[in-house]
Amino acid sequence: MADFETPKLGNFLQTPCMQPGAMDHSSPFVAAPQHNTDLGFPGELVDNWEEKAVERLGELLDKNRALKVFMDSCVKCGACTDKCHYYIGTGDPKNMPVARQDLLRKVYRRHFTVVGKYLPKLVGAEDLTEELLDDWYKYFHQCSQCRRCSVYCPYGIDTAEISMAARDIMDHIGKGQKYCNEILGKVHKIGNNLGLPEPALADTLEGLEEDIEEDTGVAVKLPLDQKGADILLVTPSADFFAEPHVDGLIGYAKVFHEAGVSWTVSSYASEAANFAMFIGSYEQMKEVAERIRKAAQDLGVKRIVVGECGHAWRVAYSFWNTLAGPFDFLDPNYPIPQHICEFTNDLLEAGKLNIDKSQNDHMTLTFHDSCNVSRASRMGDKPGGQYEIPRAVIKAVCNNYVDMSPETIKEGTFCCGGGGGLLTDDLMELRVKGAQPRMQALHEVREDSGVTHMAAICAICKSQFSKVMPYYGMGMDDIVSVHQLVSNALVLTGQTLRDGEPIEDPDEAAPNAEQGTEQNNETAAG
Amino acid sequence: MLSMTYASLFYLATLLFLGGLGYRIYTYWNTPAPLKIPTMPAPTTHRGVAFRIFREVAFFESLFKSNKWIWIFGYIFHVAMALVVLRHFRYFQEPVWGIIALIQPIGMYAGFAMMAGLAALLFRRFAVNRVRYISRPSDYLMLVLLMAIVASGYGMQYVERVDILAVKAFMLGLMRFEVLPLPSNPYLLVHLGLVSFLMIIFPISKLLHAPGVFFSPTRNQVDNAREKRHLAPWAAKLDEGRDR
Repeated sequence: MADFETPKLGNFLQTPCMQPGAMDHSSPFVAAPQHNTDLGFPGELVDNWEEKAVERLGELLDKNRALKVFMDSCVKCGACTDKCHYYIGTGDPKNMPVARQDLLRKVYRRHFTVVGKYLPKLVGAEDLTEELLDDWYKYFHQCSQCRRCSVYCPYGIDTAEISMAARDIMDHIGKGQKYCNEILGKVHKIGNNLGLPEPALADTLEGLEEDIEEDTGVAVKLPLDQKGADILLVTPSADFFAEPHVDGLIGYAKVFHEAGVSWTVSSYASEAANFAMFIGSYEQMKEVAERIRKAAQDLGVKRIVVGECGHAWRVAYSFWNTLAGPFDFLDPNYPIPQHICEFTNDLLEAGKLNIDKSQNDHMTLTFHDSCNVSRASRMGDKPGGQYEIPRAVIKAVCNNYVDMSPETIKEGTFCCGGGGGLLTDDLMELRVKGAQPRMQALHEVREDSGVTHMAAICAICKSQFSKVMPYYGMGMDDIVSVHQLVSNALVLTGQTLRDGEPIEDPDEAAPNAEQGTEQNNETAAG
Repeated sequence: MLSMTYASLFYLATLLFLGGLGYRIYTYWNTPAPLKIPTMPAPTTHRGVAFRIFREVAFFESLFKSNKWIWIFGYIFHVAMALVVLRHFRYFQEPVWGIIALIQPIGMYAGFAMMAGLAALLFRRFAVNRVRYISRPSDYLMLVLLMAIVASGYGMQYVERVDILAVKAFMLGLMRFEVLPLPSNPYLLVHLGLVSFLMIIFPISKLLHAPGVFFSPTRNQVDNAREKRHLAPWAAKLDEGRDR
């Protein structure tokens, strides 16, 4: 990996001058044959790869309207050219969404359009050469599929769809990406991205139970494979061990405990993430989603709640019903599936959680809208609930909250720089540079409003930020989980300790403890 | 001879335009969208989606969010072109509809606005590095073609006036499959030739953005994935053989 310079943060976000070839060296590790064959793809680049690639493109064009329409519709207006965080962070023109699309579009035009066949130069049509395939591999792995460009395109062209298609084509000719394909193999074999087997998972959850009890004096359970539980929690496996993810998991456990519901994690489907989306494989994505269906049926749960994870929530909210539905065996009185923020927000709104906001007073928070939550899913029953509900949760448990600049949040939010299957050490330069627009916006509220911490609801965002924030002179702990904030402020019924120390004045710390108990019983009964 | 040539050209162009566009729309229509991918926040009802697409088509909503300069130039060009096209309806109808008669004077000015919009877009294509980088010869030529159509149209007004009544008679004749004499004004011949060319390339060029915007899944899908199962026919086959 070449050395690189971390982009400078200034007073405001600037569109860089073009620097052709600036990221030409950035390319993730290629999958080993085993990683590909585990997923049913050819192990290595097949001999007639050009022919096969064009053939696969043709199949995808017939299967996916989005791809077909997007290939034709672009007028090269330039509206998207300054919208991609990787372009802003690197200046490489092939990171402009339209230029990235064109890497595929030129092959489409060459083989599937009249003008491209007979007058290729006129419309920039090209054959798929080895050089172009290299560009595909490099630049379709410099797209985090965050869909920011699709917000601004007058025809709604979504580069994510195109980079997914390109990755699928590359998988079909034996040029898969190591990071995604290796991880998918683990999910199929073991049930989660980390390859964490059942005993290790059980051990981890027990350890967390002990930690919570030591901290609070309350025995909060984190059940595993508990048949007959009401709720199956499906959460990204990073929540089981990574920081600050695990503090979020503790938060979910405390909320479930206070709600008085029975819940469980499944060791068979111990992963909310679905990296098959990143490689654009419907079949792979379905296979991973079906594990969750099977786990829910085997455990006999009534509801499924999904933990803090961006692309997982996209797959769960937008795709599960399609891929693994119908979920007619679950209780129709609750959203299928339900986001943990929706769950917690309902309890907060009903006043069923006893909150001591002052526990978060040492922080001033801002919220990073994760791209897949913002632009590819929803929470609650109104459009935009995906922006309002996480903010409502944060504001209910924190006194100090400030939003970042309006064009960098909600539907205009910037990717963390590590989404879409790029959260791997072999792409560190890309990740640091791609984080620049978000870092810039964060820098501004740190300077102007005294923000100390940024909260997120995505495992990838959290891992990415804790790794890249130090490059920008910020602390790796300055990124927090939303449910970590909930956990800090939530006063458990019967809580006698805080951080392992006796609470000095239990009455003051838990003013509504009694009332809370009554309500909890109600919830449990209902 | 001249009249026959232009009559044939006009029929051919119409055939290719309608046939090609119809075929394209047919393929868009028949290609399934396997997953729910509306760009959120998206409407939760079909009526809401219709309104979203209306805003996109009538006001270029997304482009407005994106870049005010492109929006202004693009919007002026498209609205002006719509007026100019409407103005030309009078050559194909007798009697002329009231609304078409009403916009005749506006249509004359709209041509200038259209030219200005096109010139600005062409200038941008050269002047903005990022846009120049993504431009291919066809992207410039499309703008030049449209400008040439406008210019040749004004040629008949300001350089060598044409016998409008004869042109109208020719057009009305074509609609009855009857070839009447066409005036041999050079501007008219260039104008009609280029318009026919534009019609012919419409279904095989980026002008497909016009039907494309209606078929874009990120804009035309309803946000109801949790409530309603969305399944493509080819994907439904994968469910077969599932235990339960």
